[in-house]
Amino acid sequence: MIGTDLSIILPEIVLAVFAMLALVVAVYTRKDALAPVMVWATAGIFVALALWIAGGGNTTKVAFGGSFIDDGFARFAKVMILVSAAAILVMSQDFMAKRGFLRFEYPMLVALSVVGMMVMVSAGDLMSLYMGLELQSLALYVVASLRRDSVKSTEAGLKYFVLGALSSGLLLYGASLVYGYTGTTLFSGIIGAVEGEGVSVGLLFGLVFLMAGLAFKVSAVPFHMWTPDVYEGSPTPVTAFFATAPKVAAMALFARLMFDAFGTITEQWQQVIAFLSVLSMFLGAVAAIGQTNIKRLMAFSSIAHMGFALMGLAAGTALGVQAMLIYMAIYVTMNIGTFAFILSMSRDGQPVTDIASLNMYSKKEPGRALAMLVLLFSLAGVPPLVGFFGKLYVLRAAYDAGLAWLAVAGVVASVIGAFYYLRLVFFMYFGEERDDGLDAGGSPIQWAFLMVSAVIMVAGVVNLFGIEGIAEAAAATLLQ
Amino acid sequence: METLILFAPLVGALIAGFGWKFTGETVAQWIATSLLFLAAILSWVVFLTFDGTTEQIQILRWIESGTLSTDWSIRLDRLTAIMLIVITSVSALVHLYSMGYMAHDDNFKEGENYKARFFAYLSFFTFAMLMLVTSDNLVQMFFGWEGVGVASYLLIGFYYKKPSANAAAIKAFVVNRVGDFGFALGIFGLFFLVDSIRFDDIFAAAPALAETNLTFLWTEWNAANLLAFLLFIGAMGKSAQLILHTWLPDAMEGPTPVSALIHAATMVTAGVFLVCRMSPLMEFAPEAMSFVTFLGATTAFFAATVGLVQNDIKRVIAYSTCSQLGYMFVAAGVGVYSVAMFHLFTHAFFKAMLFLGAGSVIHGMHHEQDMRNYGGLRKKLPYTFWAMMIGTLAITGVGIPLTHIGFAGFLSKDAVIESAYAGTAGGYAFWMLVVAALFTSFYSWRLIFLTFFGEARGDKHTHEHAHESPMVMLAPLGVLALGAVFSGMVWYNSFFGHTDTVAKFFGVPYAEATEHGADDAAHKADDDHGEEGEHHYVFTGQPGEGAIYQAPDNHVLTEAHEVPKWVKVSPFIAMIIGLATAYWFYIVNPALPKRLAESQRPLYQFLLNKWYFDEIYDFVFVKPAMAIGRFLWKRGDGQVIDGSINGVAMGIIPFFTRLAGRAQSGYIFTYAFAMVIGIAVLITWMTLTGGAE
Repeated sequence: MIGTDLSIILPEIVLAVFAMLALVVAVYTRKDALAPVMVWATAGIFVALALWIAGGGNTTKVAFGGSFIDDGFARFAKVMILVSAAAILVMSQDFMAKRGFLRFEYPMLVALSVVGMMVMVSAGDLMSLYMGLELQSLALYVVASLRRDSVKSTEAGLKYFVLGALSSGLLLYGASLVYGYTGTTLFSGIIGAVEGEGVSVGLLFGLVFLMAGLAFKVSAVPFHMWTPDVYEGSPTPVTAFFATAPKVAAMALFARLMFDAFGTITEQWQQVIAFLSVLSMFLGAVAAIGQTNIKRLMAFSSIAHMGFALMGLAAGTALGVQAMLIYMAIYVTMNIGTFAFILSMSRDGQPVTDIASLNMYSKKEPGRALAMLVLLFSLAGVPPLVGFFGKLYVLRAAYDAGLAWLAVAGVVASVIGAFYYLRLVFFMYFGEERDDGLDAGGSPIQWAFLMVSAVIMVAGVVNLFGIEGIAEAAAATLLQ
Repeated sequence: METLILFAPLVGALIAGFGWKFTGETVAQWIATSLLFLAAILSWVVFLTFDGTTEQIQILRWIESGTLSTDWSIRLDRLTAIMLIVITSVSALVHLYSMGYMAHDDNFKEGENYKARFFAYLSFFTFAMLMLVTSDNLVQMFFGWEGVGVASYLLIGFYYKKPSANAAAIKAFVVNRVGDFGFALGIFGLFFLVDSIRFDDIFAAAPALAETNLTFLWTEWNAANLLAFLLFIGAMGKSAQLILHTWLPDAMEGPTPVSALIHAATMVTAGVFLVCRMSPLMEFAPEAMSFVTFLGATTAFFAATVGLVQNDIKRVIAYSTCSQLGYMFVAAGVGVYSVAMFHLFTHAFFKAMLFLGAGSVIHGMHHEQDMRNYGGLRKKLPYTFWAMMIGTLAITGVGIPLTHIGFAGFLSKDAVIESAYAGTAGGYAFWMLVVAALFTSFYSWRLIFLTFFGEARGDKHTHEHAHESPMVMLAPLGVLALGAVFSGMVWYNSFFGHTDTVAKFFGVPYAEATEHGADDAAHKADDDHGEEGEHHYVFTGQPGEGAIYQAPDNHVLTEAHEVPKWVKVSPFIAMIIGLATAYWFYIVNPALPKRLAESQRPLYQFLLNKWYFDEIYDFVFVKPAMAIGRFLWKRGDGQVIDGSINGVAMGIIPFFTRLAGRAQSGYIFTYAFAMVIGIAVLITWMTLTGGAE
């Protein structure tokens, strides 16, 4: 019995054991000198696991009495998490090595947080949910303050930790309320209890608190306040990581909890999520306009994008979940490319995050500027780039679910949001000549990620690389 | 060959329009001109060898959409053949003429390239006009119809630096839109009822349409009448008939060759062509045809009265054109389409010639157009004088009464007037036309006397430097003079002979009339054409057979030959009176016109101001439209739309941006507070609205 359970959770175990072993080995051997090897090894393991999971058949398996679920939805999310984490690791190595903070803990912490994320998306029980969430968060708190000598980085880590603790408290409170009113922590038990006994106010309270906790993780308004500060303060590779894998994990967990545990009372949570979605889209769009730091700008950008992803979730339908998954996949791809560019932004060897430094960048680096232009247009949702189709999917899902007002609001918000993306393009192509522009050149790995991401934005128009069908199948397993 | 005729001008237009940078302007002009001459020669071959049977030459499949299925093909019948020679001949001559006329132009600076553009427009116009007349269905015709509209717009506004030329171009375009709206409605209506836009199908369905009722604008109408009327509205716009005529005089802002080609010989006759082309439908729409007759007669009279007092040489001829078009519509309206085409045919020659002659005068007089500043130019411009003289003899209808000998206009105009008498039993249309003929004679001779006779008036310097035009400009005048003199006599029988010759010419089946009654007796008694008149023939074609259709009970053509002798002589008498008056006014007693104008001041002003049509339109349509436009622009677009967008984009959004920036204080307690507020709101909301029991 336990053997079967362990075989289902084997990928997580392999990764956890690898992380711990590597930690011990590094501590007792060459420490930071080993870091580059560790980065590549970790990335390699991620990719290998991703391939393993992707090829792991399409059956739904349940372990540990229902608290761990390995279904198509979880596998889809896990592959996304692993691949994006691997990409971020690879492209951040050069950046961190140059600035002398490529520590061996970094890949290990990332690996541990990825283990947490994998548990999150497979959670079938409030306890495994919390376990995965905390494992992920604790690792992230530490990476945020990876630059111990930088005030900003430390501040970011501390802020994230304190607010994260608050959100964990909210989440736990909600979990205990749910447990109290349903008598179980298993998602399958909760959904049965809701069906049998109906919805009580206490259960609704619990639901709202749970959602608040998860909203913090996806940085949905009004639980988003940490995002800009942490994004800005953390080292750029860490910011890139924050913007990608954890968002996928949190979003997937959100969907899992809503559908597996509360799938029969869609109309109850739908309005809350729609509300969070609208607020996020608008605040992300409006607040980003005032930013001059590209990392803060990307923070608000990710808030707005999470708003769109939540719109898919708010639809409460299989189409909505599918749209959300497609949106997240596209979002992650775009962000990897964008952060590959941000990582390469430097002047005299020092990283630069001021958007004014982009002035007339197209003269120095026409290729990179063009790739960035494509990515920014895609982020803004300009047809015919892939980013447009992501938005189209969630809008259609919301519309089909009878949330036309939400779809309209989404369109308006994306129009407002287009402003700051296009402003970056304006700076790159029509800005004024300045002496303190960015250095030309950069790491070839970052260049490759930027280019591949941009090319995907154009070439994906053909069939989105078949992701529609996979996402549809994944969404179907969640809604069974 | 027909395809070659159709596309040669297009090729010329493309070469002159886009290729002149490679070939040079002069070569481009010659290419366009020679292609037009090629088309003209081929057209004559087609016309002279045409045997009367309708041919359809498919060029390509054009539209396939639902039940709308149509080819792009050439419909070659007698109507098309006539139009082919008119269009290509006049166009070729105008191209040649323009070589000289456009060689120097004060409207363009030294070094500016405008000649190739001019030729490209001319050739493009010719192509569009050929498209119109060769069309085999209504949509193809509409394509050509709009194509000539565009070309006309471009050419009227050719001197785009002159505000007046731009205004005239826009006016022509807008007024034509009104007519085109009617035309388009007619096409829609026909497609709605017949489910086809091909002429063959429509013609075959015409008898059925006469039995059908159609609801339009909340009223039941007879379908044939309504559709014929709507199509005629299109014709009114293009052919500058009353109500929609205001654009034609203004169109004289374009270079004179343009006036000759587009606004005299070809495009403006498209409306007449449309009515003749749609004769199978028109024959079933008696009320609409009465309206055509009435409006044509009124226009002929109206335009002739205005022409009496105009001083601009081109405007006189423009009003004359307007008036002559009225004649054609009267002939078509009373059901004698062949005569309408006859007048169209002869008019094209003498009117193009008058315009080109006027152009030659203007050219020689350094772009002076006011006739009050001419005078005594007979000696300075001898060839031009003789050309204008021939044109005037033709338009006023000089010939030997009661014979078939005379200038082109004598034969065709008399044919129209006789048809009008027969068709309306000596009614309104007939008298209007006779009076118009008198006026025509007066203003035409007035033009000649003011320009070529008497004392030289106006700027002495200009008169001293007046010079005869170069050969390229005089040669076309000579060729057109042939047409103005002989075209009437040569083709008289084909257009206005006895029923059998006309039917043969137009390819319409005919048969000997079976019922010889009173008709026949009258026929014998009044047979003064010196021809064998024992047999009485009638048209027996079905709608769509042959080029034109005349209902079996339409005997106007025959009756027109049998009108009383005084009717036949009346236009000649009117001409003589007009000539005599003009001679009296401008040669014998030049001070008289001024005195008359002063003594009859209100009437003079009324005529000089063109019956105040422009002023009325300005008040009724233009001003309110401008007011609405200005309101929507300033208030609607400027304040409401721009204002709200700007307000949102520059006021509200930045406000929220600042607000969001301020909220992001950097303090943890603010952030935590926001979270707590958020959860409080959500909890409250769920408690109030949630479905908890």
